[in-house]
Amino acid sequence: MPIEVNGKSFETDEEGYLANINDWEPGVAEVMAKEDDLELTDEHWDIINFLREYYEEYQIAPAVRVLTKAVGKKMGKDKGNSKYLYGLFPYGPAKQACRYAGLPKPTGCV
Amino acid sequence: MSETVKKFLYLNRRAPYGTIYAWESLEVVLIGAAFDQDVSLAFIDDGVYQLTKNQDTAAIGMKNFSPTYAALGDYEVKKIYVEKESLEERGLTLDDLQHLVWEDEDEDWAEKDSIHLVSRAEMAAVMEDSDVVFSF
Repeated sequence: MPIEVNGKSFETDEEGYLANINDWEPGVAEVMAKEDDLELTDEHWDIINFLREYYEEYQIAPAVRVLTKAVGKKMGKDKGNSKYLYGLFPYGPAKQACRYAGLPKPTGCV
Repeated sequence: MSETVKKFLYLNRRAPYGTIYAWESLEVVLIGAAFDQDVSLAFIDDGVYQLTKNQDTAAIGMKNFSPTYAALGDYEVKKIYVEKESLEERGLTLDDLQHLVWEDEDEDWAEKDSIHLVSRAEMAAVMEDSDVVFSF
């Protein structure tokens, strides 16, 4: 089902992931979060931007364990742990944050 | 108490493009590694081309997935065996391949080499030592 962002329509797959990663703009994340009743804070954006950079470099959306470790390395142990990340993204940090970031569903996620 | 961890070896012997084998293998490796298996990769024959630097797929209209090999370290895949004879037969050396590393969290993220250059005889021993060999 396509989502509407600032009057523009974005194609998504059956699970709500953006069909074309290059279409992404920050408004996409805002609209997706609103549908989940979530207010995006700077802390959310740190993770979303981190995922986009990870994809840019490696061409994959990382599995949650990999994301947790990589965040820990870049932003410190207080953020690189499941409790912190699930606090931000209750539907699963990799799955939900990747969707907001316009990335495909992480490889290996069911 | 502990579950048996099997040794999985993913054997890659085909060129990266032209067939889907190389990409499929990499995806299976990433999925397997996410489930805490003991994962090793081997590259022989034309498979060694999968790890070459500076791949450019623009002209064949396929996604260049070679940057993904650099993520293997993040997935704790630390054992990547490349057969020396296969490189030599193709006029390649280790310098033609990506420098793949993993970071040791216990040593302040020190980078360590993931690629191990082995002879044909040593490669046979690696296969012998594995519980399961997936050939791609």
